[in-house]
Amino acid sequence: MKTFRIGGVHPQDNKHYSAHKQITAVPLPKKAVIPLVQHIGAPAKPLVVKGDKVLVGQLIAEAGGFVSANIHSPVSGTVTKVDTAKDAWGMSMPAIFIDVEGDEWMPEIDRTDTLNTVCKLEAKEIIEKVKQAGIVGLGGACFPTHVKLMPPPGKTAEVLIVNGVECEPYLTCDHQLMLEHGEEIMVGIQILMKALGISRAVIGIEKNKPDAIEHMQRLASHTLGVSVEPLNLRYPQGGEKQLIDACIRRQVPSGALPIEVGAVVDNVATIYAVYEAVQKNKPLISRVMTVTGKEVKNPGNYLVRFGTPLADVLELAGGIPENTGKIIGGGPMMGRAMNNTDMPCNKRMSGALLLNREESKRCQPENCIRCGKCVQACPMGLEPYLLSKLSYLERWDDMEKHDVMDCIDCGCCQFTCPSNRPLLDYIRAGKATVGGIIRARAQK
Amino acid sequence: MNLILIALITLGVTGLLAALILYFVAQRFKVEEDPRIDEVVEVLPGANCGGCGFAGCRALAEACVKADSLDGLLCPVGGQEVMKQVGDILGLQPAAAEPMVAVVRCNGTCAARPRTSEYDGTRSCKIVNSLYVGETGCAFGCLGCGDCVNACQFGAIKMNEETGLPEVDDDKCTSCGACVKACPRHIIELRKKGPKNRRVFVKCVSKDKGAIARKNCLNACIGCGKCQKECPFEAITVENNVAYIDWQKCRLCRKCVAVCPTGAIHEVNFPPKPAPKPVEEAPQPAPKPAEETPKPVEEPKPETAPQNVEPANKEEKQ
Repeated sequence: MKTFRIGGVHPQDNKHYSAHKQITAVPLPKKAVIPLVQHIGAPAKPLVVKGDKVLVGQLIAEAGGFVSANIHSPVSGTVTKVDTAKDAWGMSMPAIFIDVEGDEWMPEIDRTDTLNTVCKLEAKEIIEKVKQAGIVGLGGACFPTHVKLMPPPGKTAEVLIVNGVECEPYLTCDHQLMLEHGEEIMVGIQILMKALGISRAVIGIEKNKPDAIEHMQRLASHTLGVSVEPLNLRYPQGGEKQLIDACIRRQVPSGALPIEVGAVVDNVATIYAVYEAVQKNKPLISRVMTVTGKEVKNPGNYLVRFGTPLADVLELAGGIPENTGKIIGGGPMMGRAMNNTDMPCNKRMSGALLLNREESKRCQPENCIRCGKCVQACPMGLEPYLLSKLSYLERWDDMEKHDVMDCIDCGCCQFTCPSNRPLLDYIRAGKATVGGIIRARAQK
Repeated sequence: MNLILIALITLGVTGLLAALILYFVAQRFKVEEDPRIDEVVEVLPGANCGGCGFAGCRALAEACVKADSLDGLLCPVGGQEVMKQVGDILGLQPAAAEPMVAVVRCNGTCAARPRTSEYDGTRSCKIVNSLYVGETGCAFGCLGCGDCVNACQFGAIKMNEETGLPEVDDDKCTSCGACVKACPRHIIELRKKGPKNRRVFVKCVSKDKGAIARKNCLNACIGCGKCQKECPFEAITVENNVAYIDWQKCRLCRKCVAVCPTGAIHEVNFPPKPAPKPVEEAPQPAPKPAEETPKPVEEPKPETAPQNVEPANKEEKQ
């Protein structure tokens, strides 16, 4: 069985809490707050003002640049204000506030469950539809999908890699989506293959999801050019570059995009969103997220409309247990602890993990013993001990020389460190600074 | 005997040859350096803090020797005195410079700012700032991990355990600016030291709207603009819901301190005001009201004492 070749760790996957729990729709909130930054790139520009009536699926903010995405109203009702709201970490972000009234959808959206396999659109039209629907990568990075579908001149896509790996421990939303909506995902893959003008797609799934592998294999056997690649367990297999290495044995050079080696990677959730946008005219207004944890009463996979406060979703999952130490947005490896449960769910939220006090305690850091485990574990071939030290000393030039911008924030180094050193904390802070310096230099 | 003689002669000749070679090489590759650079380095404090903007004291000395005038060249640690000595050596006039001091512009004490979360990660402001809002709701205030304390080479900043905020020792502060650079939230500012160390400044940088700022911190500036209207010298600007007093324009009349509803404007090192008539003491544009205060008793008191008295008085008045 294949896997990627450099680094990686084996955290306990803990997926049993929420695995195979049916996707449940979360009831509509009374008030929805829709953040204008739900993607990488420039914030979206609001198109509505106070007092406007909006319908579900109506465009309320348009992309603010090339790498940016449209935002549609996930609820129907009246816009009360366009103001700032607190995000998951208490910082201010621009947002649109909507008072929810009923659940009226835009008339052109097909809300039936029937599987629509025929797509007569041209490649250009598909990409335009994906762009209009505001679809971004739902694996966590939120990179606008339409940008990926338009390879820069001189580069050609050869293979579509579908990310059904879900290597992050605890999370099960993609797994459940593959089981419940495998057919739709398969149609979505064909649509994307048509848009890219290619004839080969590989679905990568880790072997801890045997039912999903079997299900997708069965579906793939009826589809030309699509194959399923069962992968050995190893974190971070779901990282774009790692997955390309694992599935088609090509290595993306430092600083380059996957298109450099002819690959386009999309998450299964993104592909499901593409299916809905192209075949059902439904823009991206909801996603599946996992709420899980040792002491959560009803851990499971929940279908949330964007703008729903996280507190509502946690309430549905049985409330916040008494003993909760931290609520992590995303999985335990890449997610970040949140300090605001009123924050609205958005395109980024792949899960909420509730850790109890003992689990969430951080160990006291000790001195580095130069064991080199972090270097061994780094899937990008970096030297985390060195980068964190350089970040501590604020030697930004040296950090850049040592390829800090290749870091994918996977956290393998910190996970594997026997001295519990906060390697990723420093590297992430340094990476942000170095990124700022590079951008400033590019502007000059 | 012979053996010893041979050894002595061989070594002696080798040594002589080596000395000659070294002498000629030294003459040939001699680096001409202005002897005044060494003299200037002698005078400079030798802290190599980089506060002057150069890589170290020697780099500043070289720049001074090369320069035609001392404008823009200042050792913040040594201040005017040292620059005068440098000027004497070089025969130049030192540029006039105000003595400066680092000022912490956050008054979110533990008592005033309710905690909303607990942080158990790396104790570094830089990292906390990159992660989230901090242990309190204020996204602009002091994070209290002491990056500024670590940055200070002169031991001038200490963490006050009670308030959870850093405090600057005026006497030790050399205004090198290391703490200003270290603070990820840009709370610390270099301001004019002021006559007798007297200063008036807004001790808040929160850009949140008034109601939110107040909810996060009782001592926050709410951007109401009363001080701006009150100021006779147009030294105060209110931008992004926060007032800022321009120290180049401020004449220390302290009218703004009296009108601030939240006590966000602080005056330090002023003698305690006479209780009965706080307003009428300054009739119109007073040139230096600080001197008019009736009893200039114990002036150079440590800044904490009067500073704590002031807001307390005001709250009672309201």
